[in-house]
Amino acid sequence: MSDSKPSYNIPIGPIHPALKEPILFTFKINGEVVEDLDFAPGKVHRGIEWMGMRRNPVQIAHLCDRICGICGVSHTLAFCRAVEQIAEIEVPERAHYVRTIVAELERIQSHLLWAGVAAHELGFDTLFHLAWRVREDAMDLLELITGNRVNYGIVQVGGVRRDITEDQFPKVEKTLAAYEDITKKLLKLFLEDTSIKVRCRDTGLMTRKQALELCTVGPTARASGLEMDVRLDAPYAAYGDLDFTMVLPDQYAGEIRGDVYDRIVVRLLEVVQSMSIIRQCIDNMPPGVVMWEQKYAKILATCKKAEGEAFGRVEAPRGECFHFVRMNKSESPEAWKVKASTYSNQMSWLTMLKNEQIADIPIIVASIDPCMSCTDRVAVIGNGTSGILTKQDLHRLSVEKTRRIQGC
Amino acid sequence: MRLSKSFNRSLWVFHFNSGSCNGCDIEIVCTLTPRYDPERFGIKLVGSPRHADVLLVTGPVVHDMAARLRRVYDQMPDPKVVICVGTCGQSGGVFFDSYNLDGPVGDVIPVDVYVPGCAPRPEAIIDAVVKGVAKLERLEAEGKK
Repeated sequence: MSDSKPSYNIPIGPIHPALKEPILFTFKINGEVVEDLDFAPGKVHRGIEWMGMRRNPVQIAHLCDRICGICGVSHTLAFCRAVEQIAEIEVPERAHYVRTIVAELERIQSHLLWAGVAAHELGFDTLFHLAWRVREDAMDLLELITGNRVNYGIVQVGGVRRDITEDQFPKVEKTLAAYEDITKKLLKLFLEDTSIKVRCRDTGLMTRKQALELCTVGPTARASGLEMDVRLDAPYAAYGDLDFTMVLPDQYAGEIRGDVYDRIVVRLLEVVQSMSIIRQCIDNMPPGVVMWEQKYAKILATCKKAEGEAFGRVEAPRGECFHFVRMNKSESPEAWKVKASTYSNQMSWLTMLKNEQIADIPIIVASIDPCMSCTDRVAVIGNGTSGILTKQDLHRLSVEKTRRIQGC
Repeated sequence: MRLSKSFNRSLWVFHFNSGSCNGCDIEIVCTLTPRYDPERFGIKLVGSPRHADVLLVTGPVVHDMAARLRRVYDQMPDPKVVICVGTCGQSGGVFFDSYNLDGPVGDVIPVDVYVPGCAPRPEAIIDAVVKGVAKLERLEAEGKK
């Protein structure tokens, strides 16, 4: 039996074909089974918060877009909401609707992207190509509305930089109608396919209790039956006016198991949900301007006078995205903290991967839709030499910083 | 029938993420999927640098990845072409003043083709690969002499 054999370690990453982004995993393997694992993120740390504290809020909005190329709108929206609360900037009603439409289009493209990657990890490459071809239509819509395919640059402090015009509505409607057919096909291909069922059912299990204890967010949490969705729990933008309910896997499968299959169900059903949300937004779009103030100098002057702290919460495609901002009557924020959804979700890998087979590692790792460029926020580098700080050092630095911010 | 000399050899591409925001990486995968479909010319992503002719680098090269980028570059067989995708690999882009950059890419490994844009469109990436093909053919011809 495998018990008599010693276990061995396999490092995977940071550059590895099964990983889309740099991260280092160390698996302790016994036979074919994962006994234990550890992971070391931090390979894409760019020091965005540090840079942000040296720039003004209008510039940071564009830096936020580049925290992550896939969920750019969510980060910018969360940051702008925090700044708008501090500076008491009132966003026009129409801008809220444009923000909602762009955020939902982003969810559609992100979930389709994920569906493709998941199919690829299972070795189902035809489905991968189908999902990505379908995704191109959402990218076309985003390009039509924002002018960019990625890093949209549409959300700004005080509103949005571009309005959606009447003549764009028919194009949006046309794409949504086309999506209606194709999502039915995708649902059938993904959820009724035997090979996907065999690979994903009861793989990477996480119970509701574990999901709660590990503070998971977004589709990962909902797939385990945890009812949480920032769009419903703390509505922002136009979500308060819209009619939609939380997507849970039992709506399709009749039960909640918290496995990889359930995560596919949640994400695909959310694509359908996002289409209905976009339709509602277009039907109820109020008239008016989309920017609180056209002149950026005036926005900056208002931000410069602002004092206080606030946080912005947004349901990104991967889960809750959280930005904390503190302003102190100066050009740049005094403190800025970003907590991306993968930061909350990544600890669930430890639970999901234990006692699974080596071959299931890629799909389980992918099943939380990890986004390392969102997550890597902390690294310690001093004077050109990198060093590992001990826990005491970190604690000391943390206490010093708290004191510095409090001004004592 | 021979189409042109460029089709003599299929280009295999290795993709290296040196700390990018994912924007360029997603556009690279977009480039490889059915709408653009460069696989009809034999261009495809491979899992090992030892199989690759072209190295696609995205991101501004953060400190942790610099040594790994050099290692991957050294593992590739000659002749090879390096394509740097995205503005941040050329100048740092929005990340220009970060404390954690060892880049831009040109400071770490020699770059043959730069693709500007944040993120560049798939058409631009295909154009860069075509320019890379031309350079590879020139390098091979020089090697034969």
